[in-house]
Amino acid sequence: MSEPVISLRGVRAELGSRPVLRGIDLTVSRGEVVALLGANGSGKSTAVRSIIGQVPVSTGEIELFGTPRRRFRDWARVGYVPQRTTAAGGVPATVDEVVSSGRLSRTRFGVFRKSDREAVRRALDLVGMADRAGDSVGALSGGQHQRVLIARALAADPELLIMDEPMAGVDLASQEVLASTLREQVAQGATVLLVLHELGPLEPLIDRAVVLRDGCVLHDGPPPKAVGQHALPGHDHVHPHAAHDAEPIRTGLLS
Amino acid sequence: MEFLNYDFMQRALLAAVLVGITAPAVGIYLVQRRQALMGDGIGHVAMTGVGLGFLLSWSPVWMATLVSVLGAVLMELIRWYGKTRGDIALAMLFYGGMAGGVMFINLAPTGSNANLTSYLFGSLSTVSESDVTAICVLAAFVMLVTLGLRRQLFAVSQDEEFARVTGLPVRALNLLTAITAAVTVTVAMRVVGLLLVSALMVVPVAAAQQLSRSFAATFAIAVAIGVAVTLGGTVTSYYQDVPPGATIVLLTIGAFVVLTGLAAPLARRRARAAAAARPPADPAECTIPASRPTGDQIGV
Repeated sequence: MSEPVISLRGVRAELGSRPVLRGIDLTVSRGEVVALLGANGSGKSTAVRSIIGQVPVSTGEIELFGTPRRRFRDWARVGYVPQRTTAAGGVPATVDEVVSSGRLSRTRFGVFRKSDREAVRRALDLVGMADRAGDSVGALSGGQHQRVLIARALAADPELLIMDEPMAGVDLASQEVLASTLREQVAQGATVLLVLHELGPLEPLIDRAVVLRDGCVLHDGPPPKAVGQHALPGHDHVHPHAAHDAEPIRTGLLS
Repeated sequence: MEFLNYDFMQRALLAAVLVGITAPAVGIYLVQRRQALMGDGIGHVAMTGVGLGFLLSWSPVWMATLVSVLGAVLMELIRWYGKTRGDIALAMLFYGGMAGGVMFINLAPTGSNANLTSYLFGSLSTVSESDVTAICVLAAFVMLVTLGLRRQLFAVSQDEEFARVTGLPVRALNLLTAITAAVTVTVAMRVVGLLLVSALMVVPVAAAQQLSRSFAATFAIAVAIGVAVTLGGTVTSYYQDVPPGATIVLLTIGAFVVLTGLAAPLARRRARAAAAARPPADPAECTIPASRPTGDQIGV
């Protein structure tokens, strides 16, 4: 637990004029699996998007692998799984084509060698989608689509995986595949930062949980235990979050 | 095949083939990023270039290339820094471009609206030797970009945010796409005309999608359709004395309708094959696990 892979110090960010991150400190060391928890609107997605440079930071410092993010160029070491969107491209694309685009960062000028094709095949195998390589991504279920996005991130053999709500809207079978894929990556020494709504089936993998509330770190330590309804096996945590500020953090830490 | 004996037809057919290849090759990226009408917008802006070409006695093709590239870059910048309403800004660019074209060509000593018409709707029979040279050079550039950078352009058009995190120079690639689209518009201008250019960028791609599941196949089929309709339209217009641009576009839409009709049974067959290949699903009836714990049994 020495070398920090991700390091945020006093990070503030605004979306429009609304402060979303109000001074976040977060360190993820090599080999750690850290879950970023919090209610909708707590800033957990924004925190992750600021790390990968998708949200401008007003003050504070972000470092990736010890390099200030502005000067960080070694993106092949980072595998990013965005929150799954229903929006797809206007042209059909196969599973293989989408996953291959994740390998681009390891190629020179986009020329694929044999090793690159093998890496894509390996990534597809890991998520159990190798037999669907030639299918159009438009024909997949939500869970299968999520597995493809994870394979796309794994195709570059990243050292750090950043995932934004990988379990949202994913069927049970795919959740199990995702959990075992992640277990394998962790066993091989990958560092993982996950945005989660609840710990769910990934709970045994998680070393540390960071809970955000209103753009501040509320808790940083061992993962909180689920309580009540949330402890039920197979409990699918889906709530209509109309007003985020009315939503209590369901971690059991506050009681 | 007597039409091959005429110099003007040889030039026209060469120009038509190059347009048939390049327009769908760029168009597929525009369709993928849901900017199918961008070609139309660039076509409007290019009119100012044609008008300026006449006014300054420069080559209208090269002047249109310059102005439409500038216009495309401006559109891309509006998309980035879209503080104001992006669609309003684009509308002003389109109509300003069109009005500028009409104005400049009427100010030009040699220009008239008749000249403009040949650029608006295409005029294959008047394609000159120097036009063909320009079209060949520009088409080579377009093919180099759309084929050579296909993986990068695919990644950026499919998921811009992810592409940025893989370290791709997303802004540069977006600008390059816009510039390539602008160049394609001027390549196609003499053949199908500025007002119909966008059809040849979009409709072959839409038609190809009816048959394909992959991006690569869509690309290949769209280019094949593009070449078939531009050649077919050019030859038809030679025999029937109909305007080539309109003929080509109507043929393309015809291809779309025919392929859509063919695609329905194909999709059904694919669905059946996929269902047969997959292991039988869970039994249709619901089975409830015998001992599912209820909320009351769980200690809180």
